[in-house]
Amino acid sequence: MSRSLGRMSADAAHQRTASEEEFRSYYGRRVLKEPVWEWFVPAYLFAGGLSAACAELAAGADLTRRPRLRKAARLGAFGGLGTSMYFLIADLGRPERFHHMLRVAKPSSPMSVGTWILVAYGPGVGVAAVAELLPSRLRRSRAGTLLGALARPAGLASAAVAPGVASYTAVLLSHTAVPAWNEARDRLPFVFTGSAAAAGGGFGMVCVPVDEAEPARRLAAVGAVTELVTSRQLDERLGVVSEAYRTGTAHRLRRWSEYLTAGGALGSLVAGRSRAAAVVSGLALLAGSALQRFGIFEAGVESTKDPKYVVVPQRRRVDRGEQA
Amino acid sequence: MTVSRESFFGPLDDVSGDAGYTEHPQRVGFFTDTSVCIGCKACEVACKEWNLLPDDGFDLLGMSFDNTGELSANSWRHVAFIEQPAPARESSPAREAAPAREADAVDLGLPSFDLPGAGTGEETRTDFRWLMSSDVCKHCTHAGCLDVCPTGALFRTEFGTVVVQEDICNGCGYCVSGCPYGVIDRREGDGRAWKCTMCYDRLGDGLEPACAKACPTDSIQFGPLDELRERARQRVETLHERGITEARLYGEDPNDGVGGDGAFFLLLDEPEVYGLPPDPVVPTRDAGSMWSRAGVAAAAFAAAAVSVFFGRSRR
Ligand code: SF4
Ligand code: SF4
Repeated sequence: MSRSLGRMSADAAHQRTASEEEFRSYYGRRVLKEPVWEWFVPAYLFAGGLSAACAELAAGADLTRRPRLRKAARLGAFGGLGTSMYFLIADLGRPERFHHMLRVAKPSSPMSVGTWILVAYGPGVGVAAVAELLPSRLRRSRAGTLLGALARPAGLASAAVAPGVASYTAVLLSHTAVPAWNEARDRLPFVFTGSAAAAGGGFGMVCVPVDEAEPARRLAAVGAVTELVTSRQLDERLGVVSEAYRTGTAHRLRRWSEYLTAGGALGSLVAGRSRAAAVVSGLALLAGSALQRFGIFEAGVESTKDPKYVVVPQRRRVDRGEQA
Repeated sequence: MTVSRESFFGPLDDVSGDAGYTEHPQRVGFFTDTSVCIGCKACEVACKEWNLLPDDGFDLLGMSFDNTGELSANSWRHVAFIEQPAPARESSPAREAAPAREADAVDLGLPSFDLPGAGTGEETRTDFRWLMSSDVCKHCTHAGCLDVCPTGALFRTEFGTVVVQEDICNGCGYCVSGCPYGVIDRREGDGRAWKCTMCYDRLGDGLEPACAKACPTDSIQFGPLDELRERARQRVETLHERGITEARLYGEDPNDGVGGDGAFFLLLDEPEVYGLPPDPVVPTRDAGSMWSRAGVAAAAFAAAAVSVFFGRSRR
């Protein structure tokens, strides 16, 4: 009832203190605009995170002589990057103008910062992947030798930027007026890097025989635990907006993410003994990471549809006399 | 031009100077005094006409006289209509004079025998009031939309206003989520972001914006922001003296979460009743802390990636 306007102001002021659910609005309409982004964006978040974690695994495998892990991870990093670039461009209202992103470098815009992070990240990933794919008869040619020599420094360079790729996307979402993303700003980077590590580790477990996949299993376990712990905090510690995470589609997606990630993490403990177990756990981790991104995205969208998430926390701040 | 914390949050005296203009005109803005708005929507129409905006469809929303609904890519002025019960004013002389029996009677709207214009208007007032308010882009001192735009399509003009360049925008949609007032939006079928320009083209020719020009009651006032703020303060004082204690300014305070609005309002109820956020904050306020948290997470991610390659195999 409080959402409609058929109430006098003194009356409503009374109601508001009675319960946090009571608030006033303009015909119950949204205050903010919903994000115009579609499923491409959470898919990008997932693919980008996967790529970053693979780049790390690839560099480590290269230095510790694990050729099969190196190959799979380099290709994973490349594939993840390619897919994420596709998603990023496809989500633009004017995809043919994507290069307008390159006309400025703007520290106040996480999307601009991210663009330049990807510019720094991409070439190394590309070189390392092409070196991996080169047919053996071309390897002895002059270009092939050069590429072979460049692969390691290129891979290491991209591995140095990869943590930025895995974490900046959290700022990308939080640096908005979208309540569920903005209020999660202190925790989202950890959920995202955890989710990225779990996905990359899972990918390694799926693609690489168990005797070389030990680092992938460990990365998966560390990532999954980080993700599970910090993701729970979104449900509980964000005041009114936690409800956006705890209800509806966002909740369903994130609950499944939790099951799959927890299952995959447990599986990673025994995945050293069985390839089948490794593949199943790896797939569970990949799916868990993807669902996490979609769930968080969805919570943000929901939090713009209901004026409650905007009005209630702000009204409370005003009533307490706190300054923004 | 120096970039400091004030460039992103808090009061900022010279917005255009901060954006890099060495010589520029005074900052201009809108003061929308909703206490005199009659809900004629001349502003909405004038804006559509001048800026050649497409229609938003012909929906009947069932929200009093409001069939526009909200600001959008195609509606850069939006008149809100709020019907609410209002307590009778103690000071009203007409109410004191009115016999109780008549006050209880139901008005069937039949023509009366009184001479037109014989009364003062007071005697016809009921325990009901109608609020009307013409909303618009706030042209924030610290504009969330402008801060996040990755192409530079959104820019600060020499007048201190915020404008999208349609030939640059690639429709990334970041501004839509960056605006704490829910103003800017992407246009369907066009793919680019659109919002009020405060008639940048007219300002350049020394004209006032179309909405302010069309407003028949001067509810929309255009001018140098400093003058408008002064005038608004006086108006609130006058209204308070007349017993309208609920009159308040919204968005005029340079100490608020967006550094003050270039377009601010005089409201007669709480902002959320008009569909406005009670205490909006530009997301950029927390940019520093967000990046440092991301830095910590990135470092932990890197450390984990290195450490998984060390240590004895536990297989
Ligand atoms: S109200 Fe929104 S669209 Fe207008 S200047 Fe402020 S942030 Fe930008
Ligand atoms: S949609 Fe256009 S104006 Fe908005 S942030 Fe993207 S490029 Fe800038």
